[in-house]
Amino acid sequence: MSIIEATGIYKTYQETKVPVNALNGVDLKIEEGEFTAIVGPSGSGKTTLLNILGGLDLPTKGDILIENTNLKTLGSRQLIDFRLHNIGFVFQAYNLIPVLTAKENTEFIMELQKIPKKERSKKAMELLEAVGIADKADHKPGQLSGGQQQRVAVARALASKPRFIIADEPTANLDSRSTNELLEIMAEMNRKYHSTFIFATHDQRVMDKAHRIVTIDDGKIIGDETFEGR
Amino acid sequence: MLTAIAWRNLWRNKLRSTVIFTSIAVGIIGAVVSDGFMSGMTDQRVNSAIANEVSDIQVHNPSFLLNGEIQYQIPHAGHTMRKIESIPQVKGVSLRMRIQAMAASANAGAGITLYGVNPAAERKVSDLYKHIIQGKYLSSKDKIPAILGQKLAHKLNLDLGDKLIVTVTDSTGTITSGAFQITGIYKTANDRFDEANVFVRKKDLSALIGYPVKSGDEIAIRLKANRQTPVVMKKLQHIFQKEINSKQIVIQSWDQIQPLLKSMIAMMNYFSYIFLVIILAALAFAIINTMLMAVMERTREIGMLMALGMNKRKIFSLIMLETIFLSVVGAVLGLIISIFIINHYATYGFELSSVARGLNYIGYSSRIFFRVNTNFYITSIILVVVVAVMSSISPALKALKLQPATAIRDIQ
Repeated sequence: MSIIEATGIYKTYQETKVPVNALNGVDLKIEEGEFTAIVGPSGSGKTTLLNILGGLDLPTKGDILIENTNLKTLGSRQLIDFRLHNIGFVFQAYNLIPVLTAKENTEFIMELQKIPKKERSKKAMELLEAVGIADKADHKPGQLSGGQQQRVAVARALASKPRFIIADEPTANLDSRSTNELLEIMAEMNRKYHSTFIFATHDQRVMDKAHRIVTIDDGKIIGDETFEGR
Repeated sequence: MLTAIAWRNLWRNKLRSTVIFTSIAVGIIGAVVSDGFMSGMTDQRVNSAIANEVSDIQVHNPSFLLNGEIQYQIPHAGHTMRKIESIPQVKGVSLRMRIQAMAASANAGAGITLYGVNPAAERKVSDLYKHIIQGKYLSSKDKIPAILGQKLAHKLNLDLGDKLIVTVTDSTGTITSGAFQITGIYKTANDRFDEANVFVRKKDLSALIGYPVKSGDEIAIRLKANRQTPVVMKKLQHIFQKEINSKQIVIQSWDQIQPLLKSMIAMMNYFSYIFLVIILAALAFAIINTMLMAVMERTREIGMLMALGMNKRKIFSLIMLETIFLSVVGAVLGLIISIFIINHYATYGFELSSVARGLNYIGYSSRIFFRVNTNFYITSIILVVVVAVMSSISPALKALKLQPATAIRDIQ
């Protein structure tokens, strides 16, 4: 069953004198448990598509259905709430809350979801254990390496029990070792919890791990390959 | 966790937060110390006026207040005094003879107010005996003694033991003169009072002007505590309702006798709040600037919080909480330092000896003992926090206008 169904997606930015067409009629379905990479050159529309799939932006035209909820029908407050309960995010620049510890960062989303303190504390430690960073639970982001911070970001994304996780260039700032470790962790989460991951990436190592690669250029999908057995 | 984030955010830019804490603290100190100074000046002037010049309450014949002539005496003065003395809050009552006179020495002359008083009773209503700087206060043992202010003594070129000639109108309307021996010279904080008032024994003055020694045109009443004035005024108005209605007597509190003092208190309070408003206005701009910088610097972070699912109410609350913490820390710091400064100058006084002559001329002492009402402390703190919160509304609204996708684009 598709958890995301994007149909006829157009996105035009009117912020400059000349309108920019970032997406030109994208149709895309994502199934539950997929480990999908969206690839393409810079300016091809990867991030725009990811923002629309993640409910951070709305299409100029077209519909985006997430498990039968059309995001275009939601008001801004409902959209924020929808993101909180259904979508996890991992950003290129980690974007942890700098004044909170790794554990508190992981707990943060659960607190927004009003999960009781005891339960969220236990869950946060389990997730930090799962991403291999439980020993750094009391460290603040500034005391962690890039790879360690991105692991915390993955733990935070998983903490809200999202329907899927959007990861925009998650390995762009990491060295090879950290990239391999992070990809292994995300693949493990995908296998273990059947979590759905959608990446935007240039990184060949991410592409090598992906079960499906969607190629986009000039705001259109120009390739869609599935790799069985990965 | 919102509270923890807001609190810890304060310390992300320690220098900036410290500058704001300091600005708020200095603002509070400025407002409180200026209020303490002005209240101290007011208190000193009011206390000095009550203690040395007008006492708490006075009783007169209404016609005396209009004409100032001694013939308009208080009817049944002895009976009236006994009734007043029976009020528990009353510390002392003194029946006086007050008359306009000319004072003269061998070298000069001056218009004065001459008081004939019973020294023992007067000590209970006036602290003038504490301000004798040369000689001694009036006593029953001396022969026709007089005390006068240092300023008048200089003006008339008189010293202790010299003769003071006073010229008055007696009970028959005849101008008459008498000689008094100067036994004491006083000095209060009010040069103009010292320059215009001479005190003699009532029995000596009554002998000179021909009125019975038991008569008088002024009853001065001193209370155990000045704050009891309104209560005692009510009691007196009740006790002497008949006499007041038949216009035999009029009873006035110190602020009715010297309405300028009352206006001065109101004016000083007004000035204190004007200072506070000016300080708060300056503070508001500092806080708006700081919070705008904090929001602009954290555009990416706020966008990320929105992306993760933090709603606008929580974002708004986060910025408000940061501002409240910022202002409360600064205000508490300012309050502690202010209390220390106020307590110090309330105990030891603030010396303004370089401008003492000018201050004395307008009735003020050169040493000011600060005082601040608890209400002023509370009002200052509340206003600072309210202004801080109001100042952060604009930066908070700016944060709410951020679109997460745009902010995320900034991140990438």
